[in-house]
Amino acid sequence: MKLNLKIWRQKDAKSSGELIDYALNGIEGDMSFLEMLDVLNEELINKGEEPVEFDHDCREGICGTCSLQINGEPHGPDRLVTTCQLHMRKFNDGDTIVIEPFRATAFPVIKDLIVDRSSFDRIQQSGGYISVNTSGNTVDANAIPIDKHDADKAMDAATCIGCGACVAACKNASAMLFTSAKVSQFALLPQGQIEATERVQSMVRQMDLEGFGNCTNTGACEIECPKGISLENIARMNREYLSATSKG
Amino acid sequence: MQSLLKPSLCPNFAFIHINSNLSIMSGLIKSSIARKVVMALSGLFLVFFLAQHFTINITSVLAPDTFNEWSHFMGYNGLVQFILQPVLIAGVIVHFVMGIKLELQNNKARAIKYKKYNGSANASWMSRNMIITGLVVLAFLGLHIYDFWIHEMTYKYLEANPEDPTRYYAETVEKFEPFWRTVLYVISFVLLALHLWHGFASSFQSMGVNNKYSPSIRVFTQIYAIVIPLGFIFIALYHHFNPITH
Repeated sequence: MKLNLKIWRQKDAKSSGELIDYALNGIEGDMSFLEMLDVLNEELINKGEEPVEFDHDCREGICGTCSLQINGEPHGPDRLVTTCQLHMRKFNDGDTIVIEPFRATAFPVIKDLIVDRSSFDRIQQSGGYISVNTSGNTVDANAIPIDKHDADKAMDAATCIGCGACVAACKNASAMLFTSAKVSQFALLPQGQIEATERVQSMVRQMDLEGFGNCTNTGACEIECPKGISLENIARMNREYLSATSKG
Repeated sequence: MQSLLKPSLCPNFAFIHINSNLSIMSGLIKSSIARKVVMALSGLFLVFFLAQHFTINITSVLAPDTFNEWSHFMGYNGLVQFILQPVLIAGVIVHFVMGIKLELQNNKARAIKYKKYNGSANASWMSRNMIITGLVVLAFLGLHIYDFWIHEMTYKYLEANPEDPTRYYAETVEKFEPFWRTVLYVISFVLLALHLWHGFASSFQSMGVNNKYSPSIRVFTQIYAIVIPLGFIFIALYHHFNPITH
């Protein structure tokens, strides 16, 4: 497979970047998108050029490290997959592929295709936890009976890997889907009730402070999310927030 | 800090109470979720108003006498004129101002734009262009206010004309005589339909309603977004093609 790549190259956070053209040959349909970039980087290194920097880690769709806006969509044109799970068979011979970093003011570019997503960490740190005494008398989580539907929905929310595709897809660069998944995974469980009020308020406050946009319910985040996190979570977070605010 | 605000620790209970209420209010509007709720509530209010407006207007086609009667009631009833009308104006202003504020913030949230952004891959045109459809509807509102509201205010309050419960039908039909105005109204109603298509159901999601009733709300939204604007288009065209012959 022969490809024309247009890749965003940016020296560092302070420099302005641009799309650079690369022609690449010998790509197999069974390769993952990241393996295709590995091939490119090998060529660049052999030519003595600077390789393209991109984020990756587990390469099996569970760590949330890989990103990339591929032809205008986060994680590319396939659904329910991360970039590392995207196969090159989704593209055709001779295709032009535009590869950009996830764009959001709250996700500043560090270099090339790598963005700083620590704003997500700060949202999580602001309230995405429960306080449990682990001094030896820890109660087994399974000792508390939980409705199967609630447990399933909490688990669904907890499958969010925090990759940032929701922000990248949203025309407003809103982080509502991520934040709502992190709120929901506790809001649905009895263990999450004690800190429920402060949790949603703190996490929404932090989300706003980071400079993410507002949700306009376009649903793009849900479609592009590699884990299929539902918009139901955003509605739940809105309810949680309104209920927390009315409590003061 | 929180304990300092507790009324029991402060001699001036009332002041602190008002103060904390105000801080809750300003805290609410500062948050992205609260802004969306304000957008949703003002939007739903305007949706409700639209249905009421349509109900009265359709009588101009079906029963001109009833149209005159109802219009006269709306024009001279104190509750409608001095309570509901200002509330409606406030609703429009809140919806518009908040919409602009949200749009500006959203633009700032992605200061550097994508070179390639495939918006249609994951969201409808209507949901992505609420600001465009909204601004067109707002511009239409300018013309609409000039056409009817300014005229009413001048007739009633500036010129202090006597009450005439029979004038409304003729005045309305006359407005649709020019082709250009009818076309502008029709275009605006199409844009209104696109705005409603996303906005109506979206307001429920903003208020936290996403449950087994959501598919029905979606269907109702689509019916409403087609029927009401189409009805308004029908009224405009009907009067344009059926002028009063003198």
